[in-house]
Amino acid sequence: MKTLDFMLGHYAYWFTLALLAIGLYGMMMKKNLVKKLIGMTIFQVSVIIFYIAGSSKWGGTVPVMDKAIDVADSTKYINPLPHTLMLTAIVVGVATTGVAFALVISIYKRYKTLDETVLLEGMKKDSDSDE
Amino acid sequence: MKFVNYLILIVFGCLMIYASMGLPSRGDTDAILNRDISPVNSPNAGVHYIKNAYKDAHTPNMVTVTLADYRGYDTMGETTVIFTAGIICFLLLRKKRNINDKKE
Amino acid sequence: MTRKSDNPIVSLVSRIISPFIMLFALYVIFHGHYSPGGGFQGGTMLAAAVLLIRLSAGNEIAQLQFKKDLGTILGSIGVLVYFGTGFLVMLLGGKFLDYKYLAKILPVSEVMARSWGILFVEIGVGIAVMGLLVAIYDDLLEGDPL
Repeated sequence: MKTLDFMLGHYAYWFTLALLAIGLYGMMMKKNLVKKLIGMTIFQVSVIIFYIAGSSKWGGTVPVMDKAIDVADSTKYINPLPHTLMLTAIVVGVATTGVAFALVISIYKRYKTLDETVLLEGMKKDSDSDE
Repeated sequence: MKFVNYLILIVFGCLMIYASMGLPSRGDTDAILNRDISPVNSPNAGVHYIKNAYKDAHTPNMVTVTLADYRGYDTMGETTVIFTAGIICFLLLRKKRNINDKKE
Repeated sequence: MTRKSDNPIVSLVSRIISPFIMLFALYVIFHGHYSPGGGFQGGTMLAAAVLLIRLSAGNEIAQLQFKKDLGTILGSIGVLVYFGTGFLVMLLGGKFLDYKYLAKILPVSEVMARSWGILFVEIGVGIAVMGLLVAIYDDLLEGDPL
């Protein structure tokens, strides 16, 4: 029974780690620049879901004060601190994705390609012809 | 070359699963996150915010009080981050004028 | 994305729904005290209401509703409201972002002054997030030939 209890307590973390591995696979293995950016977004979302899943509590309710449940008994409400920090993390993720897409558009205007191997050859030819 | 990439991915996955063995069960009421006193004998920040949010600011929503009153500096930094991202996008992608044709 | 959509259902429904999305977003910002919500959520919904018209009616017609240069201006005003509240508290004699000194200007008690301070800060954050998300969209579509 101890193994079953252990798996029931930890399966949520393993799903989140699967999302992390999918994001890392997209960032490393794909050759298109936009697909790499999608992998980075999946990576960020998996970290946010990990924090929110890890802060739940049996028998606790939403951190909005209810008149019927007294506030002095703090085991009835879940901890509001991880939710606050993840609100900031979501907005920072949006800002990073916006800047990354602006950089991809600038690269396309200059090199006329979005493929990683062709791009690296073009950059090497640029640096060779500069010297 | 691709074999090394797959190997790095599998080693990373196994390392993460080994690290998740040490986490407490999800929803445990006795986890360090949910206790009253932290392991170094100081009061837990989340429990203090739950007990004093309505008394200090007359606002039922504890997450908004934490975000805008107790941790107001972090929200100020975060607004600066998204403002900087907007300015960067504007500066990278405007049309550049040609130096040779000024209208004078 | 810069051309008018030629499906009549999409044009009609997006024109009808967009003001209601803005109204609900204002409700979410102002009820951040009593229910889940607040500045960031409401600001994103306001930006979604403006971007719906840009996607469905084309860039030329959508400039009549919300001009292209207005995004960065609104973003700057939002950040100014946030920092301005902090500096106003400093002028009244307290530390930076310590809202209980706002009771010297407003005719409320000290505990309610903290509630009003939170409201001003959330409005500033909402305006900033809306302006900057619309500005990022407009800059990404800068040189798109029609």
